[in-house]
Amino acid sequence: MSEITKSELDRRSLLRRAAAVGLAATPAVGMLSACVGGGAEETANQATGTKSADNPLGIDPKKPVEIVIFDGGLGTKYATDVDTPMYKKKWPESEVKFTATQEVSTIVQPRLNAGDAPDMINNSGAKMMDFGAIVAAGQAQDLSELFAAPSFDIPGKTVAQTLVPGAVEQGSYDGKPFAVNYSYTVFGLWYNATLFEKNGWTVPATWADFTALCDKIKAAGVVPFGYAGSNAAYYMVRALLTSAGKIGTEQVLKDIDNLKPGAWTAPAVLEAAKAWGEIGTKYLEKSFLGLKHTEVQLRQNQDKIAFYPCGSWLENEQAKDTPPGFKYAVAPYPSVTASDKLPATAINAAAGEIYFASSKGKNPRGGMEYLRVMLSKQAALEFTKLTKSLTVVAGASDGIEISPGLNSANDAITKAGKDVFMGYLFDTWYKKLHDESLSAVNDLMFNGGDAQKFCDRMETAAQALAKDSSVKKQTRS
Amino acid sequence: MRHGKYPFIIGFLAVPVALYATFVVAAYVQTFQLSLTSWSGFGVIKYVGFDNFVKLWEDELFWKSLRHNAYLLFLLPILTIALALVFAFLLNVGGGTKGGVTRGVWGSKFYRVIFFFPQLMALAIVAVIFGRVFSSDKSGMLNGLFPDSWSPWLFLADERWALTCILAVLVWQAVGFYVVLFSAGMGSIGEEIYEAAALDGATRVTLFFRITLPLLWNTIQTGWVYLGIAAFDAFALVNIMTVDRGGPDGATSVLAMMIYRNTFEYSQVGYASALGVVLFFLTLTFAALTLRVTRRDAV
Repeated sequence: MSEITKSELDRRSLLRRAAAVGLAATPAVGMLSACVGGGAEETANQATGTKSADNPLGIDPKKPVEIVIFDGGLGTKYATDVDTPMYKKKWPESEVKFTATQEVSTIVQPRLNAGDAPDMINNSGAKMMDFGAIVAAGQAQDLSELFAAPSFDIPGKTVAQTLVPGAVEQGSYDGKPFAVNYSYTVFGLWYNATLFEKNGWTVPATWADFTALCDKIKAAGVVPFGYAGSNAAYYMVRALLTSAGKIGTEQVLKDIDNLKPGAWTAPAVLEAAKAWGEIGTKYLEKSFLGLKHTEVQLRQNQDKIAFYPCGSWLENEQAKDTPPGFKYAVAPYPSVTASDKLPATAINAAAGEIYFASSKGKNPRGGMEYLRVMLSKQAALEFTKLTKSLTVVAGASDGIEISPGLNSANDAITKAGKDVFMGYLFDTWYKKLHDESLSAVNDLMFNGGDAQKFCDRMETAAQALAKDSSVKKQTRS
Repeated sequence: MRHGKYPFIIGFLAVPVALYATFVVAAYVQTFQLSLTSWSGFGVIKYVGFDNFVKLWEDELFWKSLRHNAYLLFLLPILTIALALVFAFLLNVGGGTKGGVTRGVWGSKFYRVIFFFPQLMALAIVAVIFGRVFSSDKSGMLNGLFPDSWSPWLFLADERWALTCILAVLVWQAVGFYVVLFSAGMGSIGEEIYEAAALDGATRVTLFFRITLPLLWNTIQTGWVYLGIAAFDAFALVNIMTVDRGGPDGATSVLAMMIYRNTFEYSQVGYASALGVVLFFLTLTFAALTLRVTRRDAV
């Protein structure tokens, strides 16, 4: 999720491209030949074993299981050093084949179509596959059995019962769970607690406080707010829509997800776009439009930028660039109006990082068992320690001092209480609409802050999508 | 001898033809087939007639991308060929005639190597490097050259200039190759022709326009087609260098980028194939037109 590799072509795709250009300059389409026609045939010979209390998913203990992990901000250590050893300890005869990649779709999609799917896949990163399309094509294993199975190491509870509320729903399509969204991310305004303390800046709760503080920060020679327009505009989309959600409750975001007519032109969205557009015009540097997330994040580490909208993976991603004394902390987005329906402490926290078992693999049950291992309390705690990212396993890291940023995120969740909301899903459901939102938000923030234009443009795109019968629609309630 | 001829020819042709048929012809046929479907890239294929082409007609980004391709198609060959011709002329003939031998400007052997350098670098690396050159703040190479008091030029982050930045890199990368190509072409022009012209008192400019250019015409024509096809592509640079890949706000989007995104990101392989079909016909038309328009009688 955090390691954005969209701009890096690997050698393979480059060679392929070079070949395609030589042939007649229709590169991507030439490659398609490799993928056509697959996916329809049924897989025979899937490994199964006998179900028992010790083997609730009924895996064949002797069959190997193949997993693919996205090698990004979270690294792969949690899989190689924690999950796999735990799995091997339980099933010593089942070999674990492990692949790490930064280009999930490049590696996995042709294999799905060729009927040679890995058993468990971490679908993440800029090259992640369109998961809605995978579900629609019947390539993802129904995980109902996994969530109903007893937890790996919490006695007396099913897997589903050990998770934070909403974790199962977030990976559900038409009411059936197909994905484990493993990491639990807190979104907000990230800042350096040390810098704020030194300057006597306090975290704002209202928009007036926010702009007043931004003026002060600007006067001190620091850019008050920044995000990278080149490849991380989706952090800004999330900031804007979180504000919209706080103004008018999560229903605003549900309407957006459900492509309801008028969802994007709703007063809450317009209000949020206006407020953020003003921040963009007054406090954002124009040159950030051309920068990448790593460049902007580095500037924050150098105390050249005060606030950065991001998720809680930020601290871990920046670990090697963070100077000593720099203490990450997160603040909820300030209330935009006095009549916001959610309090200022309300925060957007969502389960993310899709892990799914492939229904067409050779050992989907093994893949599910691997997921069950990942959802154990022990694996979750180790994951949090290694990646500085919370998991959907409820309370797995409670009472453990991990890092300033993570503890701050944990605090924010506690303070928000019942006002933690999941946010929106259209970004994973409809990637094309998501991309449109990136262009639109960049235009809003860097190009004069025309909120009405932002809303109208997104509304048009959303309604065009709603009419497009070639895209499978999702709904939530 | 005669009876062995066909097996001999077939033996040579079988493998390349089979490869071509599998990886080019079959792929194209499949692209045409898929362009009539709403296939997502996964699972069942459903035919939808010409829906994709109707959608395409109404897609603003498609027309925008097409305009960008046209812009590159117009300027890339002209700029590259003009620059390459000038450089090649300077390298080969620009130094004037001495002792009956025409030669290039001083140091031309060294320059020839320098010119070819960009061609040796992978396009992905070129794109990353130029991403730094054009960076929109003070850390960028160009912005770093400007005085501190200037506010940084946005380059790729400026909708008006982003595509021009891409064009500049394309030209920079291509020029070296065409310098070498045209140099080779110039080398094959007979010494005596230049000599005769020089005796008649032709200046360097006259030499260039009256002798070099006409005699190089076939080479230039080929170069034009190649560069045109490259202008239909530009994918790697757009993908790596630009804001939001094709931005800001679609300002650098090209057809190849759209095909890639629709295939691998939006799961709209059917639509992407329709784009591919359009690109196929555009490329074909361009090549045919260029060869026809620039046709000349042999000199």
